Amino acid sequence: MKMKRFVAMALSCVLAAGLLAGCGDKKEGNQGSADGAVTIKIGGIGPLTGDLAQYGTATNWGAKVAVEEINALNGPIKLDFRFEDDTGSVDTAVSAYNSLKDWAKNSPLVIYGCTTTDPCVAVSSETYADRYFQLTPSASSPDVTTGKNNVFQMCFTDPGQGVAAAEYVKNTGIAAKVGVIYNNGSAYSTGMAEAFIAKAKELGLEVVATQTYPSDDTTDYNVQVNACKDAGAELVFLPIYYTPASLIMTQAKQSGYDPIFFGGDGMDGMLAVEGFDAGSVEGLLLMTPYNVGDPSTRNTTFVDSYKKLSGGIEPNQFAADGYDCMYAIYEACCKLDGIADMDSAALCDALSALFTGGEFKVDGLTGSGMSWLTTGEVSKSPMVVKVQNGSYVDP
Amino acid sequence: MSLLNNLIIGVSLGSIYAIIALGYTMVYGIAKMLNFAHGDVIMVGAFVSFFAAGSFGLPPVVGLLLAMAVCTLLGITIERLAYKPLRQAPSLAVLITAIGVSYLLQNGAQILWGAATKTFTPILEGQLSLAGGQITVTYVAILAVVCCLVVMVCLTLFTGKTKLGKAMRACSEDKGAAQLMGINVDSTISMTFAIGSALAALAGVLMCSAYPVLSPTTGALSGIRAFTAAVFGGIGSIPGAFLGGILLGIIETFAKAYISTSLSDAVVFGVLIVVLLVKPAGLLGKYVPEKV
Repeated sequence: MKMKRFVAMALSCVLAAGLLAGCGDKKEGNQGSADGAVTIKIGGIGPLTGDLAQYGTATNWGAKVAVEEINALNGPIKLDFRFEDDTGSVDTAVSAYNSLKDWAKNSPLVIYGCTTTDPCVAVSSETYADRYFQLTPSASSPDVTTGKNNVFQMCFTDPGQGVAAAEYVKNTGIAAKVGVIYNNGSAYSTGMAEAFIAKAKELGLEVVATQTYPSDDTTDYNVQVNACKDAGAELVFLPIYYTPASLIMTQAKQSGYDPIFFGGDGMDGMLAVEGFDAGSVEGLLLMTPYNVGDPSTRNTTFVDSYKKLSGGIEPNQFAADGYDCMYAIYEACCKLDGIADMDSAALCDALSALFTGGEFKVDGLTGSGMSWLTTGEVSKSPMVVKVQNGSYVDP
Repeated sequence: MSLLNNLIIGVSLGSIYAIIALGYTMVYGIAKMLNFAHGDVIMVGAFVSFFAAGSFGLPPVVGLLLAMAVCTLLGITIERLAYKPLRQAPSLAVLITAIGVSYLLQNGAQILWGAATKTFTPILEGQLSLAGGQITVTYVAILAVVCCLVVMVCLTLFTGKTKLGKAMRACSEDKGAAQLMGINVDSTISMTFAIGSALAALAGVLMCSAYPVLSPTTGALSGIRAFTAAVFGGIGSIPGAFLGGILLGIIETFAKAYISTSLSDAVVFGVLIVVLLVKPAGLLGKYVPEKV
């Protein structure tokens, strides 16, 4: 245990040195104060309690790991991190945002969040008016960024994922006839499903069954599964969360139907669920920006540090997106000239210009060479993995 | 073939509604109160069985018995603490208290066991394939139907033939008169809750075996659906709960298959409204006019 910790520390120091070298070059001589690094306050918002607590907690811990690493670099920028609970509700998110503004007082503040879409839309309208730079790890709806030049996403948008999924099916040729089962009560699911169907038709795939269900509390999907079976779908696209997906796959197995199941990033995290029968999702293909089993040093260091914070829970894509957010903010700040004199609004304009300038690229756990479009949407390629014996492998 | 398949899906779904509805109707029939916390007792039962099997490695049957024991105690405790002090209060007060107990159990479960969905290991796995695999019936669905029938027969015999059962019916007819006849009304009602809660544990284990996901809100949602089934069949009537549950399952499945998956709930409740317009007491319920 001690040894492991030591190795992790040593590795993170090596990593830190590497990053510092890259960052320091640009900044040297430009820094006003000789030894005092510039401190940027990062105000995080997300649900730490309530139904969605697992997502907010992951984005909080993921970011914390990155902040600790960054501050240990002794680079030109230090991050002062604070995370407020929004319980997943819009009202609480706005008050969390206000208390973060009070916390920052006159220091430059960057908003990190919100974790979920609805609170994020509300908070982004506020930050747009108040001119704070905002980067969300996981709020995936285009509504979050539309018309706001200060808000950026680390995760894919829902339609973006649907399009990528259709392209993947077409390019790999794994199926010609596809079925879709989605939750038409959810913006996430509907956005992804509609984009998938439109793109699939455009690419000449045959969409033989489109089935819906009204909410993720539904437990019986036999009718939808049988409709896909009767229509002869070779692949069933499931742009939904893993709880309904595992039920759909179990019920398909019970009725002797064995198509390829293909899901989006909502499937991620299921293998960490207590008592989850990985056998029920064996062979599932899913798009995820993050693979916890990635053997790179940066990832293993992250996983080790994260587990120390979480008490053994493995990081998921929310955690990794959070980690990448901190590095994106840090590396962008390192590139800014005269950051020592900037207030929040000036920092917001400078960061937004840098993110949309086309030159700025970040390597992270969820993608390499990530850049941002002027819409605020991230540009990175999705990774498709297959579930095999309870872990993710290359399909 | 697809018609037959949908019928089987409907009956399987309906059998789960029915077994929950039996608990609702039992308590309503005797204590004349809607125990909205019933769904949450189901959830507690499922969690007990989940941990018995998952953390202590007990066999499923022992887990089920343990769940029934815990729920029986829970049912009696809830009745003593929350409902008994309100015996003379208007029924609306009891109803609101029941909703409060329901939230208490849900949030308590969230604190104790977390909000994340857990995967339940079914007590019975596998399915029966007929007609060369074109028709399949899961063993859990068969077990649920058998359990419903057994419970229904036992409850009918119990309330009809035994002394305690007669005492329950007497309390249901007229509490005051029953007391004058020397029946201990309080302990009779406690007994009703004990039986209802034990049934809830059974329902929880069967439901989570059929649809193997478990979270603190699992019971509340299916509880509402099962309550609808109980009203549909005639609340207070034991065979009515069974009939209502099965019919509700079939209607829901057919509406999904032949009308629209999005509109299935609207169709289910539309049928319920029509039934209640024609037979206000439900399919098998007795209509007792209130004396004013």
